[in-house]
Amino acid sequence: MTEIQTDLPKQPVPFRGGGFRPRPIRFVGLAVFIVLIALIEWGVRAGWISNLTLPRPSDVLATFGELYRTGALWDHLSISLSRLVVGSAIGVSAGIGLGILIGLFSLIRAGLVPLVAAIFPIPKIALLPLFVIWFGIDEGSKYALIALGTFTPTVVATYGAVENVDRTLIRMGQSFGLSWLSIVRKIVLPGAMPGILSGLRISLAIGIILLVAAEMLGATHGVGAYILQAGSLYDLERLFAGVTILSVLGVTVSFLIGQVEKHLLDWRV
Amino acid sequence: MDLSLNGVSHSYGNVEVLRDITLNVPSGQIVCIVGPSGCGKSTLLRMAGGLERPDQGEILQVGEPPEDCLNPLTFIFQDFALLPWRTVDGNVRLVLEDHGIRGERGEAIVADVLARTNLGDFRTALPKQLSGGMKQRVAIARALAVRPAVMLMDEPLSALDAQTRELLIDDLVSLWAREPFTALYVTHNLSEAVRLGHKIVVLSRRPGEVREIVEIDRPLTERSLGDADLDARQKHLWEVMRSEARAADEELVHD
Repeated sequence: MTEIQTDLPKQPVPFRGGGFRPRPIRFVGLAVFIVLIALIEWGVRAGWISNLTLPRPSDVLATFGELYRTGALWDHLSISLSRLVVGSAIGVSAGIGLGILIGLFSLIRAGLVPLVAAIFPIPKIALLPLFVIWFGIDEGSKYALIALGTFTPTVVATYGAVENVDRTLIRMGQSFGLSWLSIVRKIVLPGAMPGILSGLRISLAIGIILLVAAEMLGATHGVGAYILQAGSLYDLERLFAGVTILSVLGVTVSFLIGQVEKHLLDWRV
Repeated sequence: MDLSLNGVSHSYGNVEVLRDITLNVPSGQIVCIVGPSGCGKSTLLRMAGGLERPDQGEILQVGEPPEDCLNPLTFIFQDFALLPWRTVDGNVRLVLEDHGIRGERGEAIVADVLARTNLGDFRTALPKQLSGGMKQRVAIARALAVRPAVMLMDEPLSALDAQTRELLIDDLVSLWAREPFTALYVTHNLSEAVRLGHKIVVLSRRPGEVREIVEIDRPLTERSLGDADLDARQKHLWEVMRSEARAADEELVHD
């Protein structure tokens, strides 16, 4: 039979593909922010949100402007940023270094993986009193806290990433007689970079959390100290201005890592 | 330089994969190894290239590799093994850098091998932009760059579709015709073997033993698709292999 019977009922094949593929849609995220803030502004002005629960977003903005004009914003932010940068630089570089060693050498791996597993779940903020005794009440203890907090997730992400580097690429390097150092530098490191960078995202977010915690427990300056002071005085505008700074800081860090990924990992399919 | 395998045997734990393999790869010839899957052909190739040690037997380089040879035993892998973060150019340079060849000398070698594999226009492309056939051409260019004495080719065309495979067979033949190279070529595809092999070694199922060695005297350039004589050879090879392949297929996997 070569002809299709025409007298039978016909219906189109129903479409059941599509979906399950996230695509970027611009400005939607921004719109959600704007709508939410406008809603709060309206609610507080109209009175169906009590101004004891939430401050007026416009007042928070005014407080923010004042903070900027008096220069206090920069005072707090610069000291917080330097703590975050120094602390996480120490933690992340130590974490990547040790993670690579764990990934490459069985002996180091056997010795250190249990230790890392033991340190990982400790809430690092619980160690702050200890660090104050060890490193002093000023910057030292804060650097140490942030360093340790960013160190553990970086180690775990790095050695996992090194393990996942395509073994056939390493065999290829060996078969062409590349030196051990060349294989590590040109094959293992770039191959582990996607995993290291996604670990870095988590590490730096933890770094920001610990920064604020440390500043709340023993600092006169910094965003955390600023929020704590505002909270004790029940000054909601200043409290929310502080929280906004943290939120912006988090978004900025995430954006920067995204840019680094875009630049370093453009080879990914 | 010739390559000589003498009485090579190997086991993984209790599983014997290779038994007493003896064969020679004479200079300037392509020796194909065919056999059912799991017969240890790839293991044998890795041993020939020093990536694995046999339990028994020895693998010998007979004679000195040529003066300008940078890496006497050079692999071409089934999955290409290109660094995805390096361009075509960078992938070829990778294997030269460790020999201290940079600058003008490196440039000359890279330009030469890319021209020979018709990749001149793709120097700045990343592997993700290339088709499978192009990727394998880059891998061949990379192997040529170190001027190997023996090329160890591990199912180089098996990841490609049938049409691309034909194109690459032609490329390999013309590369060989221009400058004969020595190769140990593992494949499970019999038509590749009769097109490219001067000598075809048939292995039995696991544990792999040499079942038969077929020599084909016709020059590579005179062999073509659908040639009656080659088809007869291929049919003969398949008859030798068929029962082995069936038995291997019906074996349970023990690990």
